[in-house]
Amino acid sequence: MFAFILSRILQAIPVMLAVALIAFGLFSFVGDPIATMLGQEFSVQQRDALVAALGLDQPIWVQFLRFIGNALRGEFGLSYRLSRPVADLIVERAPATLELALCASVVALAVGVPMGVYTGLYRRSWLSRAFLTFSLVGVSLPTFLIGILLILVFSVWLGWLPSFGRGDTVQLGWWSTGFLTASGWKALVLPSITLGLFQLTLIMRLVRSEMLEVLRSDYVKFARARGLRDRSIHFGHALRNTLVPVITIVGLQLGSIIAFSIVTETVFQWPGMGLLFIQSVSSADIPVMAAYLLLIAAVFVLINLIVDLLYYAVDPRLRAGRGH
Amino acid sequence: MGALARFWGSDLFWSFRTTPTAIISAIVALVCIVGAVAAPVLAPYNPFDLASLNLMDAFNPPALLEEGSWAHPFGTDDQGRDVLSAIMYGARVSLLVGVSATAFALLLGVLVGLTAGYAGGAADAVLMRIADIQLTFPSILVALLVDGVARAALPRELHDQIAVYVVIVAIGISEWPKFARTVRGSALVERNKEYVLAARVIGVSPPRIMLTHVLPNVLGPLLVLATLNLGLAILSEATLSFLGVGVPPTQPSLGTLIRIGNDFLFSGEWWIAIFPGLALVAMVLSVNLLGDWLRDALNPRLR
Amino acid sequence: MTSPLLEVRDLVVEFPTRRGTLRALDKVSFDIAPGEVLGVVGESGAGKSMTGAAIIGLLEPPGRVAGGSILLRGERIDNLPPREMRRIRGKRIGAIFQDPLTTLNPLYTVGRQLTETMQTHLDIDAAEARRRAVGWLEAVGIPAAAERVDAYPHQFSGGMRQRVVIALALCAEPEMVVADEPTTALDVSIQAQVIALLKRLTREKGTSVMLITHDMGVIAETADRVAVMYAGRVAEIGPVRSVVKAASHPYSAGLMASIPPLSHRVEHLPQIDGAMPRLTAIPQGCAYNPRCPHVFDRCKVERPELLPANETRAACWLFDSHAPRERAHV
Repeated sequence: MFAFILSRILQAIPVMLAVALIAFGLFSFVGDPIATMLGQEFSVQQRDALVAALGLDQPIWVQFLRFIGNALRGEFGLSYRLSRPVADLIVERAPATLELALCASVVALAVGVPMGVYTGLYRRSWLSRAFLTFSLVGVSLPTFLIGILLILVFSVWLGWLPSFGRGDTVQLGWWSTGFLTASGWKALVLPSITLGLFQLTLIMRLVRSEMLEVLRSDYVKFARARGLRDRSIHFGHALRNTLVPVITIVGLQLGSIIAFSIVTETVFQWPGMGLLFIQSVSSADIPVMAAYLLLIAAVFVLINLIVDLLYYAVDPRLRAGRGH
Repeated sequence: MGALARFWGSDLFWSFRTTPTAIISAIVALVCIVGAVAAPVLAPYNPFDLASLNLMDAFNPPALLEEGSWAHPFGTDDQGRDVLSAIMYGARVSLLVGVSATAFALLLGVLVGLTAGYAGGAADAVLMRIADIQLTFPSILVALLVDGVARAALPRELHDQIAVYVVIVAIGISEWPKFARTVRGSALVERNKEYVLAARVIGVSPPRIMLTHVLPNVLGPLLVLATLNLGLAILSEATLSFLGVGVPPTQPSLGTLIRIGNDFLFSGEWWIAIFPGLALVAMVLSVNLLGDWLRDALNPRLR
Repeated sequence: MTSPLLEVRDLVVEFPTRRGTLRALDKVSFDIAPGEVLGVVGESGAGKSMTGAAIIGLLEPPGRVAGGSILLRGERIDNLPPREMRRIRGKRIGAIFQDPLTTLNPLYTVGRQLTETMQTHLDIDAAEARRRAVGWLEAVGIPAAAERVDAYPHQFSGGMRQRVVIALALCAEPEMVVADEPTTALDVSIQAQVIALLKRLTREKGTSVMLITHDMGVIAETADRVAVMYAGRVAEIGPVRSVVKAASHPYSAGLMASIPPLSHRVEHLPQIDGAMPRLTAIPQGCAYNPRCPHVFDRCKVERPELLPANETRAACWLFDSHAPRERAHV
């Protein structure tokens, strides 16, 4: 078990290093940090002093190591645009994005998995066909358009739900949460659906095709031949076996929810990391972009690890056993 | 004539004629493409001709609403611009960027895939590792990053001038790995076939072997991939433009139009955003359905 | 004579397809007595497995029973609602499938699969089910059963897994078992052991067996009676010794002649010319008529029923006592 986790972490290191290299490349070669920090007027001494202070006169690999060291300590320098430490900006924005991503994942899973199971079990029913058509449209509808349509219907026409922001938040230490107020919950509804809908349709299609596959398998036929109840065949034998492949893909999908939140946060003016990132892209704020990139990479690596562990829990064939 | 008759009788066309979804999607896609390409000829107004704009016409609702008129079937925007014409011109930009970006991704992917598959060894390992890592990230994130880097690296005026190309390259870079993987897989298989060995023995150069022997074998899968990616590329462009980092406002695409219309959602002029949105969905959905059909028709074993 | 446990009467199974309805089984009839082992042989596609699937009520859609009846102890089971048929499967009719590598759920321990089956059908608590699960594993010859009960299927070899499958089929103590090619996927060296095990356990419990196989050796050793199937019909049925030694139907005679004898070497094995017709192109009259060496006019027009023939019953006009062969020529 421990060796398994360790090997997974070791495998993740090259990926993180590659991403770090890109982030470092952004820092060092794109734009001119010195010019950005000093402004228009500066003397040669000032410039040299800053170069020395930033370590820019050292060999490139020393700079890279220093960059990694700083990144590990959460130091990404100052935002060009806001002149504040990048780490502070991200810590401020992270709760908004994480709460949104959590709700969107819950929406995608809680609706997508049952819909996939249903369409897999009752292939010919009209409801299944309706679900499938809906999923096709869902895949072709860009996220921002879904958001706009939802805002139009539920905020503009019906006036039921807010169209922007997080509502009232409560500060718990450094974490600001929208989960403790009614307006916070109301504000979460539309963005969560917007962000979750695409993943929902993907999860539904995936679960459906895996269910169809498993229902054709010999062990499901044998379970039927043993006279087991439909409920235990469908949800015990079939669904549990579909979980193995579903977990991987769903895991990765949930990872991309955090990245996709860029668009949703823009539509709903949600004060999260995605909005921060898009603002930094339009103003070429390199430190923020680099930090966000590393953060997303770390999230993906973490999710991959969790997926592997879940695999391990679900599939006994991966655990060391007798006979192999 | 002979070629036409052969096409009419081919399996592919038979499958097309017997699949209603494919026919309808093809018609919708055709309408979108013709409307977009021939916009300067077909569009009722020129949305870029400032002289023709009349603020008196601003915020006209679409024809189907009570106060609307057929002079502007989809209504007008805040400047008095005809929304239908703006959509046709916008679709032109969307389509141009989508097709170019897909072509760029295809070219890059084929080049990398052939190199990796034929060279093998370290080059293969490094190139495919890069592709794998990139595939882990959503393509829109990669496109945003490339766009952001371009913004930081290029002087502002220059960037504004070549913004469309930057978007094309950004989306192209975000989608090349899928093409590269497909081509590489098939290059690996073909490389060891006897006729390739024979060609090598008689001194045919590797690039030539790749182009004449390996590439034709992957044309089918590449076509399917390119079609499905065209829909994705159009969506990526729309998303970038909606986020305000795509094509410049002087050349509004469908995404830009939706971004502009979004500001008028609350004042009741919903049509400024919704009609471009519907046009975008019609275009992408029809392309996606065609891609799905093509995949099933070219490879019946796939589900 | 005791009343039969299972009666299959004129069973017809059809598959609606785009090009019309296919008859996969055409008026199949046979009985199985309590405690009897009926072997069912025939080429692939003859309808052996289809008959088994119809009996346990698990025909693959769109296949459906289109005629005839299946009776278990005199009660029809072919038209039961799914809920009641489920109570018969496992509880009164067990099933053993071909490939033990794929018939066990890889994610559950064998013990869990056994207890699940028993608790579905028998009124016993979890502790008792577990006790019996260990007992069943012992009965099918799994060493260290008390430990292995918590092992997963992938931790067993193919032969051991088929033993587990046999335990699963028998654990709710059914009156009969449908065993569809139970040894085909196994290593040759293990086949005999598994068949012997199946035979011993079912004899001890008095369970009837419908043993579907294309292996005549297995039939000769195990079965009491044998049914030979051809193109979705029963060609001949009778005591195993009579069918093997002195088959009446020309098809079964050909089939038996093509088995290599163990006693002496032969240069050429006789073989039946031609191939079994596809379901789309079954000839009129007797389905075997294009390949039959004894074919005459009546065979091409009228389909023969099962007729008494020597020690067996054969679907062949050669044995029609009312209309002797000579008269058929007229």
